[in-house]
Amino acid sequence: MNSMTQDAVAQPPMTEKTVVMDCKLDKIFYGNFMAVRDSHVPIEKNKITGFIGPSGCGKSTVLRSLNRMNDLVEGFRFDGHVHFLGQDVYGKGVDPVVVRRYIGMVFQQPNPFAMSIFDNVAFGLRLNRYKGDIGDRVKGALQGAALWEEVKDKLKVSGQALSGGQQQRLCIARAIATEPEVLLMDEPCSALDPIATRRVEELMVELKQKFTIALVTHNMQQAIRVADTTAFFSVDISEGTRTGYLVEMGPTDQIFGEPREKLTREYINGEFS
Amino acid sequence: MNARVLAPVAVPSLQHKMEGRSLFSVALSGLAWVCALLASVPLLSVLYLLITRGGARLSMEVLTELPPAGFEMGGGFGNALAGTFVMVGIAALIAIPVGIMAAIFLAELGPSSKMANIARFSAKTLTGLPSILAGVFAYAIVVLTTGTYSAPAGGVALAVLMLPIVVLTAEEAIKMVPKIMKDAAYGMGCTRSQVIWKVILPTGLPAILTGVMLAVARAAGETAPLLFTALFSNYWLYQDGKLDLMNPTASLAVLIYNFSGMPFENQIELAWAASLVLVLIVLVINVVSRYFGRQKF
Repeated sequence: MNSMTQDAVAQPPMTEKTVVMDCKLDKIFYGNFMAVRDSHVPIEKNKITGFIGPSGCGKSTVLRSLNRMNDLVEGFRFDGHVHFLGQDVYGKGVDPVVVRRYIGMVFQQPNPFAMSIFDNVAFGLRLNRYKGDIGDRVKGALQGAALWEEVKDKLKVSGQALSGGQQQRLCIARAIATEPEVLLMDEPCSALDPIATRRVEELMVELKQKFTIALVTHNMQQAIRVADTTAFFSVDISEGTRTGYLVEMGPTDQIFGEPREKLTREYINGEFS
Repeated sequence: MNARVLAPVAVPSLQHKMEGRSLFSVALSGLAWVCALLASVPLLSVLYLLITRGGARLSMEVLTELPPAGFEMGGGFGNALAGTFVMVGIAALIAIPVGIMAAIFLAELGPSSKMANIARFSAKTLTGLPSILAGVFAYAIVVLTTGTYSAPAGGVALAVLMLPIVVLTAEEAIKMVPKIMKDAAYGMGCTRSQVIWKVILPTGLPAILTGVMLAVARAAGETAPLLFTALFSNYWLYQDGKLDLMNPTASLAVLIYNFSGMPFENQIELAWAASLVLVLIVLVINVVSRYFGRQKF
């Protein structure tokens, strides 16, 4: 792969901040349905970027476009660019499989494989034919996901035997074992109880030292607690369709403290949802 | 509690009453119980008969010796036991890989493609195929072209019977693998074939094995398809220091069929013993498939 586009990383687009992933999308389609339009979402290094907005606003669609997960959906089409490591993720000849190896993903439902805890975490390492000590990396990843103390004596036990919160941290360990550049988290706490949610949130804040996180959440309080930058999406229901778009994006304090847009203010004040 | 809310309403009796609908319910439950009992009568009575009639004759000798001729005493069905294993093995070697690969296509690659619909329809029809027709098919394909009754011909006939069972159960097993697990695999950067080999097949394996075992058990007990294809033999496949599969081959099922009609007490006793052995093999396969069918993780 040659680096086709250097600009995104080379020039500082936002004052002195490093943008690892710069998503400039014109339109996203599922078949004939336009799901999202005109949104520019830069994701800064070692920050948590939260995506919030009402249902159907396309926040998950945008997130899943970043690692080309949506390519698995029939009829998906992305018009625009996602600059990552000096290249366009949607550039010609780019292999989505390779893209996904550099961008980890954590899903809404905890989805460990039907394998032991160890094999779950080692999965990505083996996939990438990791040459070093797999045991060390598994331990490191489990420590990184704040799960090591709870599972160190039962690494051979099924990953699916853990509690929901533990399973989600196992999925995080699995995702970070290969040390991806960016971690995409699609409502990672929506299936968890408040205590497990709290633990995962604390974990995210720790993880941003090493990784860059993009987080979709339907929970505004969660965005306030963990996100450094927040992107607010809304859905345009004019002309009989439902197309999502980015309304505004900025530091979380600003978005929740003094939003520039009327729509944002209404949403965070709970005037519509 | 506020008594005012309940006061104007007459409190209904919550006691159980023996009236029309509960009597009907009791009667239906009883009927279901009797039917369940009836369903287990055939297996239990066959087992009882086999153990009493065949058990007496069962010994190391019958498992290892060749079948006796007309008025001979003693003997056994060692070659038929071996023949059954060889032919079921050949059938498994054909039907399992083809069946699982076909199931992968049906469940994952092109579930609603025209090819898939044709294959699925064929497999469903084939499950109801009279087994003797599988024998006719193998006769035409293998016996006529090779010019001899043989173990491979029997194996092909049995494979035809196993294939639809393997395809349909494996397809179901693969479809049972949750989508979120496949998403996880794609999210880790797996190619489609890696998702299938590393996640879908291992996850569905216990259920696939159950189907495979059921197919093997069915094939082991089939008689009709072997009559035209493997025929029978009074000798070992392995003879004079070499294994020659291209000869008529004995099997337990055909031995039972042949011997049970003979006027000799010795042969009839051997048929009973062979029946018991065959049922035990099927039973063991079922037990083993239950063991593997348990989800390990």
